[in-house]
Amino acid sequence: MGYQNIFTQVQLAGPAEAGVPSRGSDARINATTNNYWLGKVLHAQIGPLYLGPLGLASLVCGFLAFEIIGLNMWASVGWDPVQFVRQLFWLALEPPPAKYGLQIPPLAEGGWWLIAGFFLTVSILLWWARTYRRARALGMGTHVAWAFASAIFLYLVLGFIRPVLMGSWAEAVPFGIFPHLDWTAAFSIRYGNLFYNPFHALSIVFLYGSTLLFAMHGATILAVGRYGGERELEQITDRGTATERAALFWRWTMGFNATMESIHRWAWWFAVLTTLTGGIGILLTGTVVDNWYLFAVEHGYARPYPPTGAVDPLTLPGVPQ
Amino acid sequence: MTGHSNPIGPRLLALGAIAALPLTLAACELGPKQSQQLGPRGPAMEQVTNLNLVKPPAAPPASAYALTSRDGQKAREVYPELQVLGDISVDEFGLLMANMTAWVVPADAPPEQAGCNYCHNPENMASYEKYTKSVALNMLKMTQNINVNWQSHVKQTGVTCYTCHRGKGIPEYSWSLKPEPVSRGMTGYRAGQNEPLAVVGYSSLPNDPNGTFFLEPNEIRVNSKQIHPNGENPADIKAAERTYGLMMRVSGALGVNCTFCHNTQNFAEWTHSRVQKQTAWFGIRMVRQANSDYIQPLASVFPAKGWDGQARLGPLGDPLKVNCQTCHQGYSKPLGGVSMLADNPSLREVWRAGAPAPAPTPVAVIAAGAVATPTGVAVAKVVATGAAAEAVVAKADAVRDAMAPATN
Repeated sequence: MGYQNIFTQVQLAGPAEAGVPSRGSDARINATTNNYWLGKVLHAQIGPLYLGPLGLASLVCGFLAFEIIGLNMWASVGWDPVQFVRQLFWLALEPPPAKYGLQIPPLAEGGWWLIAGFFLTVSILLWWARTYRRARALGMGTHVAWAFASAIFLYLVLGFIRPVLMGSWAEAVPFGIFPHLDWTAAFSIRYGNLFYNPFHALSIVFLYGSTLLFAMHGATILAVGRYGGERELEQITDRGTATERAALFWRWTMGFNATMESIHRWAWWFAVLTTLTGGIGILLTGTVVDNWYLFAVEHGYARPYPPTGAVDPLTLPGVPQ
Repeated sequence: MTGHSNPIGPRLLALGAIAALPLTLAACELGPKQSQQLGPRGPAMEQVTNLNLVKPPAAPPASAYALTSRDGQKAREVYPELQVLGDISVDEFGLLMANMTAWVVPADAPPEQAGCNYCHNPENMASYEKYTKSVALNMLKMTQNINVNWQSHVKQTGVTCYTCHRGKGIPEYSWSLKPEPVSRGMTGYRAGQNEPLAVVGYSSLPNDPNGTFFLEPNEIRVNSKQIHPNGENPADIKAAERTYGLMMRVSGALGVNCTFCHNTQNFAEWTHSRVQKQTAWFGIRMVRQANSDYIQPLASVFPAKGWDGQARLGPLGDPLKVNCQTCHQGYSKPLGGVSMLADNPSLREVWRAGAPAPAPTPVAVIAAGAVATPTGVAVAKVVATGAAAEAVVAKADAVRDAMAPATN
């Protein structure tokens, strides 16, 4: 019954596995250790880690962005450590006000936001290059890198491409926990309800679809774990009883089934399309469509509710303008 | 390979811990809830009330005595210096003065400020030597203006001094202009937001909706009127955030959520919004006029601090002003919608010393039981007679009743 548990029940303990030799230069840090509690949810072995120049540069840039954001947040409460902790979720590094357009603003009015955004972007792009190059070094495909690139596309649309098209850094997202959520709500309200943006709808379909596929696949593999079903790769070519049962389960349940290989393509595409369609939707907002509700009315997919009798008071005679 | 035993206890414990996880979310409120449907099915137009937190609104104090007749010698004949309230009887005038004392003067005021002395020099009642009398004169004019010209917002219920003051010299909820934030050099730019303040419902939204919207007629609307951008709408996302902050102020003051007024399918749309949105629209304009025409001009009248040591002026030297919360105090209808005008009808009439002969009342509708208005010279700055608005609101009320949700 061990495999029925939602936690990993079986851990391997033995000499650390160093992994295959990598092609070209090898910047692996070879320190390894085992952690029992990590083994409950992941592989128990920590290390070796490949850092390399890309990883190091990415971490340095990421640290600079993190520090600029954090120190500006701290400065905004007058360097009070207690208030910094208490208000942390409210604090933010805000983009410049609209009056600066795409100019370089003073540091005191959003300049730091531009610098932090630069370093964060460099950090992310370097990390992307790292996922690409490590995959190549291991003789793998680059699927992880391209999936990551889809998420980076959404990030760049929000923080760089769309603000540039709109001609103002003020259109970009602040760095902060609640502030970026309030920004999201205000973004939707300003542009007449983002839920009427068809690409936003597609993004939600793929997001929720991703969770559905993940739940179905995860549950299926756990359910045939007692027959070795977690050794998926072997079972693509040599289908043992686990894969047969997993396939049969879905065919009996809904008439058809994915294969051990295709289910992962489905998962990959759903995940990739979530941020890809979402990014397209954001990119069109304010640049091509200024009011998604009116767009939906014109295209006949905004539900007409019965009028309540309320009218815009500005259209009444004798009211203040 | 090492296998670990699997006793049942830790597993149950883990499952219990996971099940209890949602309880750690701060937004969860235990206790029974009551939800009321406010609009058509689909857009979640409902008001959710936590029955453990809801309290009945404060009951207004009874009138010093009931007003039985409005006949009798006119107040102006006895008090020729009167600038307001001259056209009512001496008896009614006396009753209003007594009620105003109960509404505004603190019960624990020292003798030189107690009762009539709060505003008057007992040796010379006509004197304006106490600043409070000048303030009271302006506030009477403001109250009359609200009750006569802003029935689009206050309906027939109207307001009295008590609606804001609640037995205190300074209303409990007021605001004044915010000073510029302390400069922190080149770091710590806050963009006027990102502070957990009650005024914006502890959100990180721009947190000065008072100074932004309740004094100056700054634009609240942010949505474009056409599908594609044409360069006519100057509102950016920050403008939407400022408006959002204002809405949090309104929502908190009234103890309601967004759907009390809006069909959130589209916040800007009027046709599908509840008529309460119209009432709120007039309310915001009413507050602006009260602040700019009646309270701000008192900046030179108020001392920095009153007899009680409390500040009468904000840090920038402006008087303490009103917003939705000043009257509403957490209820969609202040004081539960109880009108105090039956015993104080002169607060819905306008008489000014030296004004031309009384014109017919601009009050469009007199509620059953309300005392008819004998005079009605409009104040200098009439903005809307309310008649047009009343007609629209009456129609809207009828439509709303007709489309009230079935009780199944």
